[in-house]
Amino acid sequence: MGSKRTSRRELLKGGAALAGGFAALGQTPASGQAPEHDHASGQAAAPVNPMIMGTKELIEYGQRSHYVTSVRIAHPIGGRPSPDDFGKVFHVASPLQDSVGVITPSSLHYVATTRGSYMPDIDPKQHTLMIHGLVDRPLTFTMEDLKRLPSVTRLHFIECGGNRHNGRGKTVQETHGMTSCAEWTGVLLSTLLKECGLKGSATWFVAEGAEEVKGASSMPIAKAMDDCLIAYGMNGEAVRPQNGFPLRIMVPGFEGIFNTKYLRRIKIVDRYYMNYNDFGHLDKDPKEAALGFQIGPKSVITYPSGAQLLPGRGFYEIKGLAWSGGGAIRTVEVSTDGGRKWNRAEIKATPQRMAHTRFGYPWNWDGNETEILSRCTDEIGQVQPTREQVAKYWNVPFERNYRVPGLDNSVMPWKIARDGSVTNGLA
Amino acid sequence: MGSLRLVAIVLLLGSPAFAQTYGVGRTPTADEIRALDISISPTGEELPLGRGTAKEGAQLFQQKGCVGCHGRAGIGGGPAPALQSKTGQDVPIWERERILPLRAPFATTVWDFINRGMPLGNEGTLKPDEVYALTAYLLFLNKVIPEDQVLDKQSLPKVKMPIGDDYARLPVWKHGTPRLQGYPY
Repeated sequence: MGSKRTSRRELLKGGAALAGGFAALGQTPASGQAPEHDHASGQAAAPVNPMIMGTKELIEYGQRSHYVTSVRIAHPIGGRPSPDDFGKVFHVASPLQDSVGVITPSSLHYVATTRGSYMPDIDPKQHTLMIHGLVDRPLTFTMEDLKRLPSVTRLHFIECGGNRHNGRGKTVQETHGMTSCAEWTGVLLSTLLKECGLKGSATWFVAEGAEEVKGASSMPIAKAMDDCLIAYGMNGEAVRPQNGFPLRIMVPGFEGIFNTKYLRRIKIVDRYYMNYNDFGHLDKDPKEAALGFQIGPKSVITYPSGAQLLPGRGFYEIKGLAWSGGGAIRTVEVSTDGGRKWNRAEIKATPQRMAHTRFGYPWNWDGNETEILSRCTDEIGQVQPTREQVAKYWNVPFERNYRVPGLDNSVMPWKIARDGSVTNGLA
Repeated sequence: MGSLRLVAIVLLLGSPAFAQTYGVGRTPTADEIRALDISISPTGEELPLGRGTAKEGAQLFQQKGCVGCHGRAGIGGGPAPALQSKTGQDVPIWERERILPLRAPFATTVWDFINRGMPLGNEGTLKPDEVYALTAYLLFLNKVIPEDQVLDKQSLPKVKMPIGDDYARLPVWKHGTPRLQGYPY
């Protein structure tokens, strides 16, 4: 054991000396001039890779390979076009087609804003969260206060209400990119509300941000006491400015806009306040209102997906993501024949409540034209519908450009052509 | 049985031993709360003192640059939504335009929106009198109130909006309930 540790330490020391030497010379070893420790005996054909110099920046805050070029885009097809008439980008979509896990890297997390690409630059030392209204003790918490309290760490998705797919989107980023999943760390809102002491008349709460419009939403107190999270951490570091630095509320499973960023105030009240953001949820039909609130069970195949190309017939693992505002995903099914036969997909890890869940399905493509689809069921038995089923529910004729009322969680088809090209099945 | 349980709950909630207190956080002063609390209830209880009329609002609509984005007298044409309805009052509200000072269920919603979100780039700079006046102007433009009506803390919450009671209430949310019972099939 002891000798093992020594040898590893020596190895590390040697490596550090080597790296230091390159840094001092300010160059990387040219290809063909392999460093001495690189004993390539008998493997002359193996490629010799150039070296990446460990710069100060790379040592302090690493970056991905320059071969990896996946980026976010201005969301072109949502309810509000980006850029808009003011030239501002309101909605930024995540590259789901390149996602290989459950967590969306913070740099690639989708973003939605009220006033375009601007965001407040908040000094966390000055930032506070005030809770007041129908409580026994109104309280103001500094960021330091919040970090003293018992914490939780949970995976949760956020999905924008504008994440609707239609025939216009070419890639899954364009059709479904306004959803992302991160690991969030913070204090349960119930912990804070117990500190304040809720009065019996409390039925709703209003969460408000510190950005220019002080965006505010009314939400039920039952949700506050159930699983709302006052988050200061995202994917193991501080929440990013685009995602609400230094503090946001996570309202797991509710439409994106409820997850108030730059959280500065929570007011406990006894009615729906019908404030700034609430007007956006005003509906005539109670059924439609209900469908614009909590996210339904939803899944999408990310590989193969729009604008990708299958190099030839043979084996592919179909991959995708499933999520629901109703709880954890229980099952995902995949069809490779346009929805005639549905097959149980493999769920890749233990599904978490209100979190993206990765699925896979082994598929041998015979080279013929076909359509691939996925659908999911959540832990409370809600099933993701096809657009035809939704139209039938509302008793309206199904047309190609049918618009799903409320939040759109309908099944997404991808068409595979004989040449292996993948296109939007709704186009 | 039910009343016994109620008594038990009241006793538990009322007892300081029940309140789990970490002793973290500071009690804000009444002034601090007032300064931050811009939430305006449909009852108008949080509204500040002040007053305004449509005539004053019409001048502010020019001075504050609202015209640049919303068009002259809010008729639209710019990058921001129109604020004056072109449809008649005989048309059912849900068939009319989705204009905040026309469709909002409460005049307090209009006040709250202007106070928080306007004008673009100078949000939060309007004084209470100015917000009352702009609210009055927009409600007048949409024939919700007469031109000479004074809006203040008392009169604003009493304004009858055209939508009346004709809008959906959100379902009661409970842990583990579907978003709509029996949907989609």
